[in-house]
Amino acid sequence: MKTLSEHILDIVQNSVSAKATLIEIIVEEDKIADLCSLVIRDNGCGMSKETLAKAINPFFTSRTTRKVGLGIPLLKHSAEAAGGSFSLESELNVGTVLTARFQLSNIDRPPRGDIAETLYLTFLSYTDGNLVYRHKTEKGEFRISSDELKEVLGDVSYQQKEIREGILELIKSNLEEIEATK
Amino acid sequence: MTKIKTLADLRKMKEEAQSKIKLRENSANPDQVVQVKVGMATCGIASGAKETMKYFVEELEQEAIDAVVTQTGCMGYCYAEPTVEVKLPGKEPVVYGHVKKEKAREIIDSYIKRGELVDGIIPVSFKTIDD
Repeated sequence: MKTLSEHILDIVQNSVSAKATLIEIIVEEDKIADLCSLVIRDNGCGMSKETLAKAINPFFTSRTTRKVGLGIPLLKHSAEAAGGSFSLESELNVGTVLTARFQLSNIDRPPRGDIAETLYLTFLSYTDGNLVYRHKTEKGEFRISSDELKEVLGDVSYQQKEIREGILELIKSNLEEIEATK
Repeated sequence: MTKIKTLADLRKMKEEAQSKIKLRENSANPDQVVQVKVGMATCGIASGAKETMKYFVEELEQEAIDAVVTQTGCMGYCYAEPTVEVKLPGKEPVVYGHVKKEKAREIIDSYIKRGELVDGIIPVSFKTIDD
């Protein structure tokens, strides 16, 4: 995982497989506190205390197709390597909150990556609920949700060229506006 | 084209392009179109599945092939990521491994367009005549 957006793309799958109907992704950059945080919150099936304790173990997974589960451990490692921290809270039948903090100026902080492309691909695949993305910097906040997109675009395929480019441009220009760092 | 900054801009853009735009295929008849599922678990993403998926979305659109491209989880073939499952209408799904751009091109040109199998199939749903 080279970028923050790849981590997001990866971790969101956990929420999707937890059958969440609401997934919130919040990225917050704070130059003064020298902090970049990523919060992913869902209302999926959650985890019991025992499962939660095992989730950060790379040799634990809920899958049966393979024996390792690296998504969470890799993100935890990324955060800790960049002078940050990682926490995971969950309650059975309520949902899960994952928080990763990075030191913004740290040379090992993963770059932001292509957030627009990542969100677009996620919107394309996740149709079972509402996905909300929020990005805050000192310049302002950008918010986009799959419900809003659905409302605006209706039954049109997101794969349609005009629509794809429109969604990508909407996200990109708004991120530029709030000067989200690379 | 004017810059799209708000959802209202996006709506306007959609209305302008409406005549060219087809309704979302997957809701109407998922069995009639080509279905492409890209393995996008940790292993897939780390191997560049994002680029592969982007490529399929762009190219299939470009070639005007009715297709639905989605993400799927890990199928247990982490060594062969990025993996892609292609299901042509009325056919059994076929899983391809090591699908980077060149392979994706080959799959689109030979398998999706002409129905000719391409090298690199992972025998997931493989059946012999005896089965």
